[in-house]
Amino acid sequence: MNTSEMSLFDKIFKPKPYQLPNGKVSYERASRTPLILLLLLIMTVISVKVTGFSFETLVKRGHEFFTILFAMFPPKWSYLNSVWGPLFDTIKMSLLGSFIGSVLCVPFAVLAANNIVKNKLVLAVTKVFLSIMRTLPTLVTALIATYIFGLGTLAGTTAIAVFTFAYVGKQLYEIIDTVDMGAYEACEAMGLSKPQALWRSVMPQVLPTYLSTSLYCFEGNVRYAAILGYVGAGGLGLILNEKIGWREYSSVGMILIVLFFTVVLIEYISHYIRSKLT
Amino acid sequence: MNRDRISKEIEETYAKEPKTFALKLGIAFIVVLLLAWSSSTMEIADSGLDGMKIAAGIVNGIFHPDTELLFDPTTQGVGYLLLETVCIAFLGTIVGAILAVPLAFISATNIVPKPVAVVGRVFIMAVRTIPAFVYGLMFIRVTGPGPFAGLLTMSLCSIGMVCKMYIEYIEDMDTRILESLDAAGCNLFQKIRYGILPQLFPDFVSTIIYRFDINLRDATVLGLVGAGGIGAPLIFAMNSYRWNEVGAILCGLIVLILIIEVLSTKIRTKLARG
Repeated sequence: MNTSEMSLFDKIFKPKPYQLPNGKVSYERASRTPLILLLLLIMTVISVKVTGFSFETLVKRGHEFFTILFAMFPPKWSYLNSVWGPLFDTIKMSLLGSFIGSVLCVPFAVLAANNIVKNKLVLAVTKVFLSIMRTLPTLVTALIATYIFGLGTLAGTTAIAVFTFAYVGKQLYEIIDTVDMGAYEACEAMGLSKPQALWRSVMPQVLPTYLSTSLYCFEGNVRYAAILGYVGAGGLGLILNEKIGWREYSSVGMILIVLFFTVVLIEYISHYIRSKLT
Repeated sequence: MNRDRISKEIEETYAKEPKTFALKLGIAFIVVLLLAWSSSTMEIADSGLDGMKIAAGIVNGIFHPDTELLFDPTTQGVGYLLLETVCIAFLGTIVGAILAVPLAFISATNIVPKPVAVVGRVFIMAVRTIPAFVYGLMFIRVTGPGPFAGLLTMSLCSIGMVCKMYIEYIEDMDTRILESLDAAGCNLFQKIRYGILPQLFPDFVSTIIYRFDINLRDATVLGLVGAGGIGAPLIFAMNSYRWNEVGAILCGLIVLILIIEVLSTKIRTKLARG
């Protein structure tokens, strides 16, 4: 093994040489596992220090966790009727937000795909833009949106649209990257313009996965939308926050049960559609 | 002529294509209906403040971050808050990932009978449904406000997704290897060590790293209920319109998340290639 192939690690911990029967010398590299384990251990120790993790508290006071949980049962069924409105708000928010986000991200995803755009600068700028959009926590986007659009479902929809935009955008450009470009080249050779060639050759290949990703994102968004109400962005979170504040845990239990069945139902439907798509 | 025959064949093939126009129209109609229904709830509430002015303030704050806060070495500074967030996400992910292993095994249909697996899955779904801030509030009762509550919340929130991925990997597992190990006379421990671990380990680690990535982003939610991390200072700063501080915290967070994302993608591609 020549030295240029060796990483720093191999230089410190020398590979073990073996003499093969045919006279050649083979090297077994030293295992990386101890180093990785050591690093993980160090990080764990630091984390335990910083977060103040203690088993003692957990064992001693762990039962407190269940106080609220048990207070939620039995749920207050009479509260069910006031849950429907916010529930539909949540679904509407995620539906519209997911739709807007996944439609808006298409041009950006095309611009970020290596095999379609050859300009390095455009590629880099769009990719960095999508990355930065993705780092923005949804809650922060929602909070900013409530300042701009006021409290209500519009703010929540915007936050969900921004999240979907970033998530589906990244997935989509990765899908486009792996598309078979033969059809695209053939279309161009036939004299189609670039947008036409894209529409005829790339779109049919990408469409099922794109729809499936968008649906998957919508599934998750329903769950997310329930949190957004906490900052005043409308939906279930709003009443959830209110009821927790008033310690009406049986109503909280009712809200959570409704949310559970909604999420299960939506996941079931979306799973069905996605299995049809691919 | 030959050409005529070919074009005739093409036309015939076209004619054989399934007629999906009505179906497509129906789907389009449903989608439009759903969108119309969902946009019915949108209304522009009057925030009492000029939205554009606030947007300008935010943009201005992000481009002129409070450098004093950004490079403050004390426990109030962005640096320490980010460290705390990373620690919460790290330990939370590890605890969640460990708790998820037995849960995933009792919910995999190729390991346990179907009814047990269904119960396991329903339980996992239920755990996933409860929003993070509700868990946060429950844990604050246990530990008091602070990063410890955040850690426990993160671990419970991770279980759902991690379990779902684990189950898929476990169900994809090649069980013929176990049979051949059986035939070779291996005991249970050896079967786990040489038959199961090598198959599952890379996928599991990849999932855990991915979840760590997500947890780091979601850690801001914990700030809402006072469960530690960078969320609380960020939300306080936003509620009091101190956009320069918001800018400083967001800058730190964005840089951190980008670095972690690049690292995690690198490690995961390495794991996938073996």
